[in-house]
Amino acid sequence: MPLTSQFVNLLAAFLLLLAFAMLSQRRILTLIHLFAWQGAALALSTAIVAYSSAQPHLYFSAALTVLVKVVLIPWVLHRLIDRLQIRWDVETLINIPTTMLIGIGLVIFAFALATPISQMASTLTRSTLGIAMASVLLSFLMMIVRRKAVPQVIGFLAMENGLFFAATSATYGMPLVVELGVALDVLVGTFIFGIFFFHIRETFDSLDIRHMEKLKED
Amino acid sequence: MNLSAGSAFQILQSVFVVLAAPLLMGWVNKCRAWLQNRSAPSILLPYWTLTKLFHKDAVIARNASPLFRITPYVLFGCMWLAAGIVPVLATDLPFAPAADIIALVGVFALARVFSALAAMDIGTSFGGLGARREMLIGFLAEPAMLMTLFTAAFISGSTQLTTIVDTLAHREFAIHPSLAFAAVAFLMVLLAENARIPIDNPATHLELTMVHEAMILEYSARHLALIEWAVAIKLFAYMTIGIALFLPWGIAAAGDWAALPLAIAALTLKLVLAGAGLSLLETLLAKLRLFLAPEFLSSAFLLAVLGMLTHFLTRT
Repeated sequence: MPLTSQFVNLLAAFLLLLAFAMLSQRRILTLIHLFAWQGAALALSTAIVAYSSAQPHLYFSAALTVLVKVVLIPWVLHRLIDRLQIRWDVETLINIPTTMLIGIGLVIFAFALATPISQMASTLTRSTLGIAMASVLLSFLMMIVRRKAVPQVIGFLAMENGLFFAATSATYGMPLVVELGVALDVLVGTFIFGIFFFHIRETFDSLDIRHMEKLKED
Repeated sequence: MNLSAGSAFQILQSVFVVLAAPLLMGWVNKCRAWLQNRSAPSILLPYWTLTKLFHKDAVIARNASPLFRITPYVLFGCMWLAAGIVPVLATDLPFAPAADIIALVGVFALARVFSALAAMDIGTSFGGLGARREMLIGFLAEPAMLMTLFTAAFISGSTQLTTIVDTLAHREFAIHPSLAFAAVAFLMVLLAENARIPIDNPATHLELTMVHEAMILEYSARHLALIEWAVAIKLFAYMTIGIALFLPWGIAAAGDWAALPLAIAALTLKLVLAGAGLSLLETLLAKLRLFLAPEFLSSAFLLAVLGMLTHFLTRT
């Protein structure tokens, strides 16, 4: 196996590790840092794939990842939690060891699902497809088990990271136009979520999304 | 390899580990004192403590059973045996086929069972408390440890530590993501098993927090000295297992006298770094509440399982 491919595998493993770290994290500030680290690992692996497969457009998407996911979105999230004055209140519906065990189950499921696909693929990074799917599922899980709005949004963003990684590992990335569009969407989405946070808090005096059930008409 | 050279290496390694283990303990304590801005004790302090304890008269409770008396010797024996099996200075020692990694974990478990029984033997409340906590930590740490070792065993295709070290040290360079997971998990298990800071504080006798110290509270003099020595050897053995699995470069083969100085130098360097790293970790981390220990150790187990899964996925 060439060294670049091994390095991509290592970064993929790091990405999975970060997904689990986010799943088990109780503090919002650390959650944001972990998200930034995930972006950085993603950008690095994209750049390595670009180098080893001689696909110059992947360099652009790596740079875009650094700009949006390592710098801009964490900065916006930092500003948000400063304004909202929340730092500690990550609450989970299920306790954390149980969440981790469910997470392992999801990883096994994703790996089992990806193995037949990656055996037919011929790309350099085929073995990382399972990890990409696992991190998408783990981010899903994080959105499900978190009760507060901000960690849910971070879970959503982490899911986009996983999808991006899946795109790089399965098909050497999407066309640049699509990637530009997705990056912009994510950025705008973060801003809109930020505005939503303020509205949710103004209406309910809390960011706990259980209160939103009151909006139902009986 | 002829048998006599192998035996000579075995004896050399066993004696070396027993003599060097308190030095490692002293080094860790010294680094910790430096990092905490205290004036550091001498690196030889553990030796002086042991000498002092060996010269004292042992006091034993009236209702102590023979189990209480033999436990220090069992502990010391288990740790010494473990140190003889782990390839510290050389691979392919005559003792090595005696136990593979599973049996090695069993040796550590035997020591744990004896220390827990002895702690409950006198019937003091602290002993029972310490024993219960130790068993809680132990039953969570053991599967994580086994999973870590299995990951390494899968890569090299054998559960013999010697074969694992040979495969990992002499193959062409390759990055194993699974080993990275296993290394983190092993570090967490090392901290928990050796009563280091996120789980237990080796420097305190505070009843709310102590685990290991609560178990050995009734021991004095030569018994205490043997236990302290066994603790030092255990730390040494765990560190050398970690080194053997994850940084095996520079180890000699048994009977190869020419490679021995290099092996000792490499081992010393790695242990100095590992000790400094351990004290740095202990300074940076805060002690966890006891009820968070299961969470800590289940993360270690999770990492080890992830390592194994990753191995199957990235295998080509």
